[in-house]
Amino acid sequence: MDFNDSAEEAAFRAEARAWLAAHAPAHELPVGAKMPDTEEADRGRAWMRELYAGGWSGLTFPKELGGRGASGIEAVIFAEEEGKYPLPKGPFTSIGTGMALPVIAKHGTAEQKARFIEATLKGDITWCQLFSEPAAGSDLAGLRTKASRADDGSGDWIVNGQKVWSSWAHLTDWGILVVRTDPTVPKHKGLTFFVVDMKTPGIETRPIRQISGASEFNETFLTDVRIPDANRLGAEGEGWACCMTVLMGERLGSGAHRSGIEPLLDYAAATSDGHGGTMLDDRAVRLQFADALADEQGERFFQARLRTMVSRGENPGALAGMVKLAYAGRYQRTNGLALELRGLSGIAPDMDDTATGDVQYDYIYSTVMRIAGGADEVLRNQIAERVLGLPGEMRMDKDVPFEALKG
Amino acid sequence: MNFDLSDEQKMLGEQARALLADLSPFDRLRGLIDSGAEWDEPLWRALAEMGFLGAAIPEDHGGLGLGALDLGVIMEALGGANAAVPFMSSIILGAEAIRLAGSEAQKAAWLPKLASGDAIATFAYAEGPGSAFATGATLDGGQLSGSKLPVADGGIADIAVVLVAGGGFALVELNQPGVTRTRLDGFDQLRPHYRLDFADAAAEAMPGAGKLDRLIDQAAVQAAFEAVGAAEACLHMARDYAMDRQIFGRPLGGFQAIKHKLADIAVATELARSNAYYGGWAAESSPDDLPAAAAAARLSGIKCFEMAARENLQVHGGIGYTFEANCHFYYRRERLLAVHLGNRGFWADRLLNAQPGAQGKAA
Repeated sequence: MDFNDSAEEAAFRAEARAWLAAHAPAHELPVGAKMPDTEEADRGRAWMRELYAGGWSGLTFPKELGGRGASGIEAVIFAEEEGKYPLPKGPFTSIGTGMALPVIAKHGTAEQKARFIEATLKGDITWCQLFSEPAAGSDLAGLRTKASRADDGSGDWIVNGQKVWSSWAHLTDWGILVVRTDPTVPKHKGLTFFVVDMKTPGIETRPIRQISGASEFNETFLTDVRIPDANRLGAEGEGWACCMTVLMGERLGSGAHRSGIEPLLDYAAATSDGHGGTMLDDRAVRLQFADALADEQGERFFQARLRTMVSRGENPGALAGMVKLAYAGRYQRTNGLALELRGLSGIAPDMDDTATGDVQYDYIYSTVMRIAGGADEVLRNQIAERVLGLPGEMRMDKDVPFEALKG
Repeated sequence: MNFDLSDEQKMLGEQARALLADLSPFDRLRGLIDSGAEWDEPLWRALAEMGFLGAAIPEDHGGLGLGALDLGVIMEALGGANAAVPFMSSIILGAEAIRLAGSEAQKAAWLPKLASGDAIATFAYAEGPGSAFATGATLDGGQLSGSKLPVADGGIADIAVVLVAGGGFALVELNQPGVTRTRLDGFDQLRPHYRLDFADAAAEAMPGAGKLDRLIDQAAVQAAFEAVGAAEACLHMARDYAMDRQIFGRPLGGFQAIKHKLADIAVATELARSNAYYGGWAAESSPDDLPAAAAAARLSGIKCFEMAARENLQVHGGIGYTFEANCHFYYRRERLLAVHLGNRGFWADRLLNAQPGAQGKAA
């Protein structure tokens, strides 16, 4: 048992480190600066171009398709090294490389691959994801946005419906879209997958006013949107298989975690309890801290175990969901404790307090972490079914034509 | 990075599990309880023959000289079987205390016998309610006085390492007139606890000073392995029962109330296992990291086994309340593992005190 890179991994890390040292600093975001999201997205494209020029774009993507053909562990190492720089990365870049490219590579025609892959790797095309709907999130296959052939003989599709939680849809070039093309068959069988130019008439993107006050998510209305059949990915009715390709990528990607415990310990140790001691003398507080620290350390070394599997070429599968399930809940508890320790000043900090605002934001944002990228309950089902081998959910709707379902 | 057990360690764990499956099935545990047995002596002999008792005892003292992770996979297997053997008392605590703090003569006298299973040791640290590690007993001029209770495996042990006033250790042979052993009415029916009264009993000081922290940090890591093994046994027992049991026309395990509960236990167990691995690595390779690593492992071990022991019985429903079902062995053992070696609050303090700049008054 050791924490060292293998010789090959060390060589890869050295190469990545040297390249990043030469190219990343010019792309760093200024510390603490709030910039318009258009500028953030433009900087993201510029970093993508830099990565492509240096041969680091699409790390695990096959070489013959323009990627680097690197191993899973090399992608982890590059992410570790890249993460040391404050670079303009976000959904506007990762949806393209992490979701659109895998689905195009697996289900696309030669023409579609030629059209989209290199342009995406270079940052010339950015992507948003048009999957979730107001009534279809964890049960994605229950989506209602529908498409039918235009009646002009062109073979084009006319799409109507509403998508939601489409990050950066207002600033990205193309969307990956799943719609219902056949309501007469059971829900998973009537779906078809498209790529859609976000400038197509009939697409209206509205920012969602979120509980955090920010608006990085959108709802996207599609009204008589015309999509050429050439932009269909996979066969008619095979949309669900395309979605699975996308969502497998999303799960393996959800591993990052932020701790927040150390600054809170510092705060508690430095803040008077009003009885001659500090906040950290409180037994109940100590137990909560200890619980958080033990969980955080467990998550860190569980990830080390998963990383070891990846470096052997094994797929952690549903085990990866365990980390996400653990850290999202802990993140919410830790930020809840952070507000509680501040007492009423956690709710309304004094004017010169610049730290509490971040804690408030993180407490609000922690709710997203428990929902997005696999809700807690979905992850628990996956763990129960795929790790423990318990039965799958009863699906009352799986053999019923979609149009016959209630709701 | 290679954050996994070695192939040899995995094989060692397999061997231990196979031996325990063969020699320590649940009916055997029931028989031991019914007969009021102190322990499973044939199993102890078998563990000795396999070399497990001496796994981490140095080679020049008759052991195999393996490390904390090797010991850990054995402890995990013992926890999984809920085995009725004094491995924690004699090997993890007794032998290790002698290795850390004993004189060369004490090591030479006892470590080979502990490795071969010919002698059994225990570590006597508590003195009734209150501080987990109490120092009321005194060693004065080779004479030990005071009382230690409860002491695990105090009825079968040949020697005890006794925590005494000043924080040092005394080594005392228990088969002598100055020692009275009284079996206590124990909650864990498969690990008897005793009251040991010392009246000017002949005892030797152990020269190594200040070894308590290191001893219990190492033991905390091993306790975490034991808890992980036990939690996983409960998880699998609950899973198997829930798959088999039909209710409202389908398997019990198909209900989300059961699936989600077991998923949460699976997550807690994997986090605890990860912390135990890290604790084992720190014990072997990075002593400066051991205090925090051990405390985290200890706490997450307690947490996962508590969930697993309780919910395993709950998943079984009424049958879980019967002596014929197997949930109760773990339900009782869990409380022992939660409080021996210092409870959750004790280890929470140790974990916080190991964080830079976070020492609080409560420590």
